[in-house]
Amino acid sequence: MAEYKRPSSLADAPSGYCPGCLHSLATKLVAEALDELGQAENSLNVISVGCSALNILYWGNDFLSVAHGRAPAAATGIKRTNPERLVFAYQGDGDLCAIGLAEIMSAANRGENFTVIFANNQTYGMTGGQMAPTTLIGQKTTTTVYGRDPQTTGYPMKMCELISTLEAPAFVARYALNSPKGVNDARKGIKKAFQLQMAGKGFTFVELLTNCPTNWHMSPLQTLEYMNTNTIPYFKPGVYKDTEVDA
Amino acid sequence: MGEKRFMKGNEAIAEAAVRAGCRFFAGYPITPQNEIPEYLSWRLPEVGGAFVQGESEIASVNMVYGAAAMGTRALTSSSGPGISLKAEGISYLAAAMLPAVIVNISRGGPGLGSIQPAQSDYLQATKALGHGGFHAMVFAPNSAQEAVDVLYKAWDYAERDRNPVLVLMDGCLGNIMEEVELPPMKEMRPEDVPEWSLSRRNGRDYQGNITPIYTEMILEGINAMAGEMYKTWEQEDVQVEEFMTEDAEYIIVAYGIASRVSKEAVLKLRSEGVKIGLIRPITLFPFPKKSIETLDYNRVKCLIDIEMTIPAQMRDDIELQVKGRCPVYEYGRSGGCLLDDESVYEAIRDIIDGGDE
Repeated sequence: MAEYKRPSSLADAPSGYCPGCLHSLATKLVAEALDELGQAENSLNVISVGCSALNILYWGNDFLSVAHGRAPAAATGIKRTNPERLVFAYQGDGDLCAIGLAEIMSAANRGENFTVIFANNQTYGMTGGQMAPTTLIGQKTTTTVYGRDPQTTGYPMKMCELISTLEAPAFVARYALNSPKGVNDARKGIKKAFQLQMAGKGFTFVELLTNCPTNWHMSPLQTLEYMNTNTIPYFKPGVYKDTEVDA
Repeated sequence: MGEKRFMKGNEAIAEAAVRAGCRFFAGYPITPQNEIPEYLSWRLPEVGGAFVQGESEIASVNMVYGAAAMGTRALTSSSGPGISLKAEGISYLAAAMLPAVIVNISRGGPGLGSIQPAQSDYLQATKALGHGGFHAMVFAPNSAQEAVDVLYKAWDYAERDRNPVLVLMDGCLGNIMEEVELPPMKEMRPEDVPEWSLSRRNGRDYQGNITPIYTEMILEGINAMAGEMYKTWEQEDVQVEEFMTEDAEYIIVAYGIASRVSKEAVLKLRSEGVKIGLIRPITLFPFPKKSIETLDYNRVKCLIDIEMTIPAQMRDDIELQVKGRCPVYEYGRSGGCLLDDESVYEAIRDIIDGGDE
């Protein structure tokens, strides 16, 4: 019988994420992939700005903490000068598709050989729940108190769809972490992205649909249901690009 | 004897960087510095380095941030408008204590300004390269050769201090063609990678982390350490040229391209019997305070700040050392209009003859 325990790449520290927050699950999935591939020592992660920055406390690998939105740029400098390292960035939606939109699209377009894990919880969690580019239509935030209105704020931005239009990326996929199947698929997807990077296949992008019980003003259980009825129908999980399969 | 070549200032900078061990460059096109990225785009791969044309100056400086964290000697270059965009990243370099070199081939400002040469970024370079109250050493060479010499040592300072270094030149010096003597290629061995870096190449095996964010008590300590470092620079790292100042009654203060035009004026006025000299800061930060502070003000009648920008930006730094002991005048051209021998000579003549307050 297999023993279930804390991945060795995960620090023995209490989680600073809010109760019910799926960031901590995403953190664990990444740690499991590092363990399974034996890459904990060889890996280097780029810490972005937002709740994702709490990962400073959890992964036991080398990390470089960077400015808001700039993780793909910093990762470019790291990987180009140290191609033997497994390099990944973990970014939230404000970081990745608002202030860092140029950096993510350009790194993807250059086919930089690193992995970006994108945690999409549709809000700016760390700063108190403002509207993100991914906030759903009608979703209430501290800057859309009557719900997001597309007339003035546009529509939720679909990053997998955007990035998969580019030629260079090797693997682009989205998973929802609100179900056991979603978690299992995500685990495989993260591992695959890392393996493709280690094989030098180019840019890999894994989007994880997460939640924010605190700023959605819901119980953790309610957020999982909300994801089923609202988030997943708009941000459809699936593999958007896989050059190995597509070829 | 080094290798002699006839080179454009910008290309001389690029080659000197390579010979100094620079193995990573990221930048974004902007006039008048384009020859630096153009040269490095083919030159760096020749020596096993990497060149990336970034999607913006912001991305480029953050690529340099990433490369610097790995202990790689990294460079970015731009001109005023792009340096403003890099301000975020330069502040982060200082916060994360990462060495890197930034070159500003400056032009007319503010805003998009003009693409012609100007010395309009002195205040940005010396007072606030970014938010948060930090300084970088700022070198202002006045020839292609001096630029080569400065670039060759720039990373030594940056790595010693774990702090970015800025080289400030203007479009004239970036595009001037001059003979330069190039130094030999520095061999960067794997074990030379700094111990603090995230690279494994020096045998390091523990978990490393580099961050620009701290708890308040630690940050206060880091701020205080930086303050002490700036004081040490003033004691040990000031570079200045004093030309014909021993008996001078009139002192010009000028750096970069303005110092070359000013030197011509000094020679002409000396031939007319005027006791005039030139103080040329080579480091703008640390500023050569002592050279001005210790002048004999019983002899010196006035100081004249010559800059290729209006209003003069170095004047406050000069006045702080003069301490009201004699008048300080200024003359300049701006917006991309060049200083020339004749107008500088006449402006100084007017000041000396009392025709211009």
